[in-house]
Amino acid sequence: MLTNTPKLSVRKLSLFYGRQQALFNINMDIRKNEVMALIGPSGCGKSSFLRCLNRMNDTFDTVQVVGNVLLDGKDIYDKSVDVVQLRACVGMVFQRANPFPKSIYDNVAYGPRIHGIAKSSADLDAIVQSSLERAGLLREVHDRLHQLGTSLSGGQQQRLCIARAIAVNPEVILMDEPCSALDPIATARVEELIDELRERFTIVMVTHNLQQAARVSQRIAFFHSGELVEAGETGDVFTNPQDKRTQDYLTGRY
Amino acid sequence: MPPVTEHIVKSYEDELNRLVAMITNLGQEVTSQLQKAIQAIIDHDLKTADRIIKDDPKIDRLEHEIDDFAVRLIALRQPVAADLRHVIVALKISSSLERIADNVGNVAGRFTELKKNSKLEPLKTIPPLMNLIEEMVEGIMTAYITQDDKAAYELWMQDDEVDHLYNSFMRELLTYMMEDPRNISPCIHMLIMGKNIERMGDHITNIAENIHYLVHGTLWSKDILADYKKSKGRIKKKAPRKGK
Repeated sequence: MLTNTPKLSVRKLSLFYGRQQALFNINMDIRKNEVMALIGPSGCGKSSFLRCLNRMNDTFDTVQVVGNVLLDGKDIYDKSVDVVQLRACVGMVFQRANPFPKSIYDNVAYGPRIHGIAKSSADLDAIVQSSLERAGLLREVHDRLHQLGTSLSGGQQQRLCIARAIAVNPEVILMDEPCSALDPIATARVEELIDELRERFTIVMVTHNLQQAARVSQRIAFFHSGELVEAGETGDVFTNPQDKRTQDYLTGRY
Repeated sequence: MPPVTEHIVKSYEDELNRLVAMITNLGQEVTSQLQKAIQAIIDHDLKTADRIIKDDPKIDRLEHEIDDFAVRLIALRQPVAADLRHVIVALKISSSLERIADNVGNVAGRFTELKKNSKLEPLKTIPPLMNLIEEMVEGIMTAYITQDDKAAYELWMQDDEVDHLYNSFMRELLTYMMEDPRNISPCIHMLIMGKNIERMGDHITNIAENIHYLVHGTLWSKDILADYKKSKGRIKKKAPRKGK
């Protein structure tokens, strides 16, 4: 179901932390229903870039963003954009699972409640059920929805966070190293989940695990020193990278 | 382009280098078999021909060792990009080299079948043909080690020469067979020797194509050779400027 219309279009994006420039003139298209993996050495700007896609950088006064990020052709940095709505539309999953100190149920119901998505409590129940289902967690927690989210294992907590992110019907999900704190089995579950989620969502994911990027992404973008060095089909980049910096990074010669 | 920078993990670098060394060693063994076969035919030496056949399992063993090493390297290191191409190409080249050795074995086998006919006139055509192959094997191994795509293209084109020599050898044999039906049996053996040598040339072109993939990461196509011939024309014109 890959289409060529970009879901997200990034144009001439630069980012400054105070006077220090962290991203330089990034241009990138992210297609609908694809997993785009962002890779690169620590400090290369990939996480900063990811945070630009739902204006998470707005929360810091010293950060200045120049350029455009178009979501379905509309600039998300436009003054008329409601940032809360934007973040419901472009959800985020972090490196460390960060469930609220609330029940499993309330963790997932939190978003739909504040965004007024559910019309009734039965409606809310249905949203929580289907979100947990889609996050592949329902079977494991269906009989203990009122236990604390923090009582789950690391892998389950991460899938709970994914359920929380998809409960508000986002279109894009941003993931910042979602598996770096998980064991191989929990990682495989999340990767399988990402593959399933791709049917409904567009996913942009930062990862340090190159093999994970190879396994889950359709396209890959390599960042270096705040620049986008190379972006392309994952299979192409992993067999025949065009830029020497990409080559050196992928093969461990960086 | 090939990675010139060293790997961060030294043991990984060592393993990749070892793979090249194993291929080089296999290439040397194949060359030595070729040399022995040439000498055996020139000297009408059936004993050496026999030894070539007996030594073939040793070459098979080398190929297996390369396969085994490459498979472990894939499993344990998960190579990507140029490193991955390196391992894949090593697997393919080792198999091509082993096939060349098989062809040499077949040539030696047919030669021993000739027995008292081993001094037949057209046999003289075979050593020069095999000499050409031997040079090409040495050339292609150097091209592989130095990742010299242009040398590989040149060798690819040199296969035309092999085909040409093989065709004229066939015509020569036909003449002998028509001259005297008693020549038919030994000539068939020699025809098969020629066919085996012609196949060696084809394996060398395969290796040349693998070298192209190793260097460029794109699969072989006929256009590559056409482009190369064109670029060569340009380089030739500009040649005088190279001096400075």
